[in-house]
Amino acid sequence: MPTVSERALRWGVKPLLFAACLVPFVQLLIGAFSDDLGANPVETVTHTTGDWALRLLLITLAMTPLRRLLGQPWPIRLRRMLGLFVFFYASLHLLTWAWLDQQWLLDEILADIAKRPYVTVGFAAWLLLLPLALTSNRWSMRRLGRQWSRLHRLVYLIAVLGLLHYLWLVKADLLQPLLYALVFGVLMLFRLKRRRQNDGHSVASGVARRQ
Amino acid sequence: MLIRIAKPSDIKSSQITDPQVYASRRAFLKAAAVAGIGTALPAHALVEPQGKTPPMPGLVETPYGKGLQLTDQEDVVSYNNFYEFGTGKADPAANAHTLQTRPWTVKVDGECEAPGEIGIEDILGGIPQEERIYRFRCVEAWAMVVPWAGFSLAELLKRFKPTSRAKYVYFETLYDPKQMPGTRRRVLDWPYREGLRIDEAMHPLSMLVTGVYGHQLPNQNGAPLRLIVPWKYGFKSIKSIVRISFSEDLPETTWWKMAPHEYGFYANVNPQVDHPRWSQKYHRNIGEGLFARKHKTLMFNGYADEVADLYRGMDLKRFY
Repeated sequence: MPTVSERALRWGVKPLLFAACLVPFVQLLIGAFSDDLGANPVETVTHTTGDWALRLLLITLAMTPLRRLLGQPWPIRLRRMLGLFVFFYASLHLLTWAWLDQQWLLDEILADIAKRPYVTVGFAAWLLLLPLALTSNRWSMRRLGRQWSRLHRLVYLIAVLGLLHYLWLVKADLLQPLLYALVFGVLMLFRLKRRRQNDGHSVASGVARRQ
Repeated sequence: MLIRIAKPSDIKSSQITDPQVYASRRAFLKAAAVAGIGTALPAHALVEPQGKTPPMPGLVETPYGKGLQLTDQEDVVSYNNFYEFGTGKADPAANAHTLQTRPWTVKVDGECEAPGEIGIEDILGGIPQEERIYRFRCVEAWAMVVPWAGFSLAELLKRFKPTSRAKYVYFETLYDPKQMPGTRRRVLDWPYREGLRIDEAMHPLSMLVTGVYGHQLPNQNGAPLRLIVPWKYGFKSIKSIVRISFSEDLPETTWWKMAPHEYGFYANVNPQVDHPRWSQKYHRNIGEGLFARKHKTLMFNGYADEVADLYRGMDLKRFY
């Protein structure tokens, strides 16, 4: 099992992960400045930011199973940064849509949110991300205590909404969104299995204690 | 003598960017990219545009779309919807090289007196090929302006002598999983099928296309023979046609049958009828860049003067 020292985590893994998470954004910036985002640059930016918000969300949700698989606590230490990058890309995605795609035409924006289910769920997912991003600091954790973990369970709902958003917007080929949903399903199964094992353990240990 | 009558669908010369200004901007951006950050660019940036197909000398000039600002050739041949080669916009240009376009015959049958087959060489050699500049509006709310080469669909249809029972014309794309990797999965109900009412098909604007930008069609654009109906959404303009059939009954067409509440048989460009998942009021012109303003979509894609009569008395909200 790879163990990671505090020093390596703080000065190695975290900065590297931070840089890695920025790569898609930097690529978009370079593309924008060099007029190299393809024939339909708005579409490219929309798809790239949306893809990465969803991918990073799945990666964030993979940290808990990863901790158990490795028997190491360090994956959990990366969760906040990953989660904030989900918010970063989701916000860029929303901004791209409202600004570059809808060009701040408020009536069009509101009509889209109200009328088109894939926009409705996508926008709802971003709204739900907002409190999670705002309470991702130590101070909020301390202040909210137990409520904090309950609040942050919203991430599962956000994932479902994000997946629906993707599934409902494709024209014909559902393969890609279904692959994302499959990954989400596997990550959720890990949790279910773990929960069952925990229940089993507690029963077993209770029995053991009584004996 | 050619008498030029300005149509409302034409674009005023004042709206056209001087090609020199346009070219110099592109050149500047390219130079900046190479000098500054060339090494960080993805590989596809360095690939030359696809579509080195033979030139088509002797194209007959026509007044269609004179003065419209053309979409870059590079964009026209690299940004395509052709699901037979993949569902991504770049997939057709990357994958369509496997399509064999020679020999190629089109079977014409159904309600006509002279059914038969016609080879692509006979089409190219036997029918004068014209250049026409048309607007192209995709149902996904993006648009291009393209100099097509080809001829009026009616020219070909008349040769097969449709009978009075020919109410519709049906078209079919080649379906060959060996040549078309995208058809190995059932993304659509292959083969791709399209159709027009006979009067739509006989309208002089309806065009069979053999080339683009003065060259024979690259495979990704639907070689060797495709349809272009400029007042309808792009998915009506079926590619790589192998069969044309006259029929008395309304033919089943691919997108309409797959999602009838989203795609109609008519699929006329209509800013008043939204696609259920997006507005059709505006479109984005391909090649105008990241911060370009969108454009108001015109009824029948700007060809209302020419084609509105075809739909007189029809409820276009119902027959979308």
